[in-house]
Amino acid sequence: MANKATSAKGASTSASVLFDEPGPKGRRKIFIANIIAGLLLIGLLVAVLHRLANPPQGQNQLSWELWGPALDGEAWIDFYLPGLAKTLEASVIAIIGAVIFGVVFGIGRLLEFWPVKYVAAVIVEFCRAVPVLLFMIFLWRGFSFMGMSDDASFWAVVWGLILYNGSVVAELVRSGVGNLPKGQHEAAVALGMGPVRALMSVEVPQALIAMLPAMITQLVVVLKDTALGSIIMYTDLLQESRRLGSMYFNMLQALVVAAVIYFIFSYLLSKLSESLPARMQRRTMGIAKPPVQAPIAIMDPSNVPLQERAQERERPQGGTEPLYPDHYHGSNAVTEDWRTSHLEHGHDPKHPDMKPKLFQRPE
Amino acid sequence: MSGFADLFSQYDILAAFLVNIELTLWSALFSLILGVILVTMRISPVPSLRGFAAAWVEFFKNMPLTIIMVFMVLGVFGQLKFQFSDNFDTNFFWLAVTGLSVYTSAFVCESLRSGINTVPLGQAEAARSLGLSFFQSASIVILPQAFRGSVAPLGNTLIALLKNSTVAAAASVATETSSLMSTMIEYNANLIVSIFLIFAIGYVVMIIPIGLLTTYLSNKLAVRR
Repeated sequence: MANKATSAKGASTSASVLFDEPGPKGRRKIFIANIIAGLLLIGLLVAVLHRLANPPQGQNQLSWELWGPALDGEAWIDFYLPGLAKTLEASVIAIIGAVIFGVVFGIGRLLEFWPVKYVAAVIVEFCRAVPVLLFMIFLWRGFSFMGMSDDASFWAVVWGLILYNGSVVAELVRSGVGNLPKGQHEAAVALGMGPVRALMSVEVPQALIAMLPAMITQLVVVLKDTALGSIIMYTDLLQESRRLGSMYFNMLQALVVAAVIYFIFSYLLSKLSESLPARMQRRTMGIAKPPVQAPIAIMDPSNVPLQERAQERERPQGGTEPLYPDHYHGSNAVTEDWRTSHLEHGHDPKHPDMKPKLFQRPE
Repeated sequence: MSGFADLFSQYDILAAFLVNIELTLWSALFSLILGVILVTMRISPVPSLRGFAAAWVEFFKNMPLTIIMVFMVLGVFGQLKFQFSDNFDTNFFWLAVTGLSVYTSAFVCESLRSGINTVPLGQAEAARSLGLSFFQSASIVILPQAFRGSVAPLGNTLIALLKNSTVAAAASVATETSSLMSTMIEYNANLIVSIFLIFAIGYVVMIIPIGLLTTYLSNKLAVRR
């Protein structure tokens, strides 16, 4: 509940960046604009539906003759559900494989031993840069030549997804360890652990918990990318709905139903990944919020989110943080020591942690 | 070895990469335009526009690109008979660009929104106190800073777009890399690994400079506050 309240608050502040709480005149303007925009959007929808009902050539796309075969029980039992089962099967195996791949290569990149480090780095960067579809086509052809007849497309889909998403998970492990406070490593070393032991029993476990929300986000990517399997003849949900569509000549309708199924699954997963961070934050010192996007930028040594970098305060003249908040929030009614008293007054809400210290008067 | 050299004379690999680059550039242009419109709607004070943009972004973010591509060809072209040109190749190319653009526009909108989060509230307050209206403060003050703050996510989106352009195979664009690779492997089964490596390294070579440029620009352009 508390999480909901804070997120709602966050949404309202980000929405109101550009405009004040409107007055009566502004509210009326917004109300009128809202109605006009709403009418335009409804008009657009009506125009699209009208065009679908009366296409220049071909039949009415909204008729039950076309929607019926795409929605009845037979379609679900013979096409959508078997296809959905195949899609989910490939995604589940792929995500398990991707986590194993990612943890192994993520730790490999973090080790000090340089041959392991560089081999892991080259493999991860290569797998991140090559399009998943190329992997899938290559593996599909390769598996077929090796004599796998039925399962070639299934294992091609699974391995293609493991190689790409595993390398993204490896980067998440690496940046998760990098985002831990330095004290975690130092404390582990102070307890007498070696660097490898500290990594394995202190840093990586916390990084794994911190990256769980981002992992769920990656699961959405896996689920969406299984649809690529239909290009290499894997009979997933998309392929099955294409078969249904070509049987009853209602391709549009069958694809819309398949799209809705895909949308429901990945929408629920993304909502889950948004609600997870608050629960995970209690169990780790890392930052348990998913990055805006999984790190894709190749060869970025830091993977530091840009927002955090932009919020670092720059001090052009160098030196330490200023001791005194230099904003004056006190009263003007000062008669003594007016030159310096503003430094003792007040509390700067922008820097709540900067307590005004007793000003040492120059001798 | 001679078989390997024959590959380059027999198939026009560079032309296939050019098709992907063209797909990427056109889609980048259109998705950037769409994304800016969407993000403006998303931050506007008008609830119906905000709702529409949010629904658009959620829809395309959670939709497989492959199904959009198949839908463009089999649904929009095959069943609704909507076409860009009588020439099949051009038609499929622009259908693929349309699919890629609407898909990517959702990610561009999200990237720009994360950039807007880096703009401090004081900038908007200062813009309003100067008497600027919503559109003025958005276009003169907020969005320019948001662009500078969202170079990294926009670069990631561009890399993803370049890789996604291979999915145009699902939209019957037969001249692009993944389709060409499939054909080449079909007729030269003994060279399968070298054929894959040619295309894979082609992508690595294209993507690494974009990644390096993104990292460099995001450091250089980020507004230090």
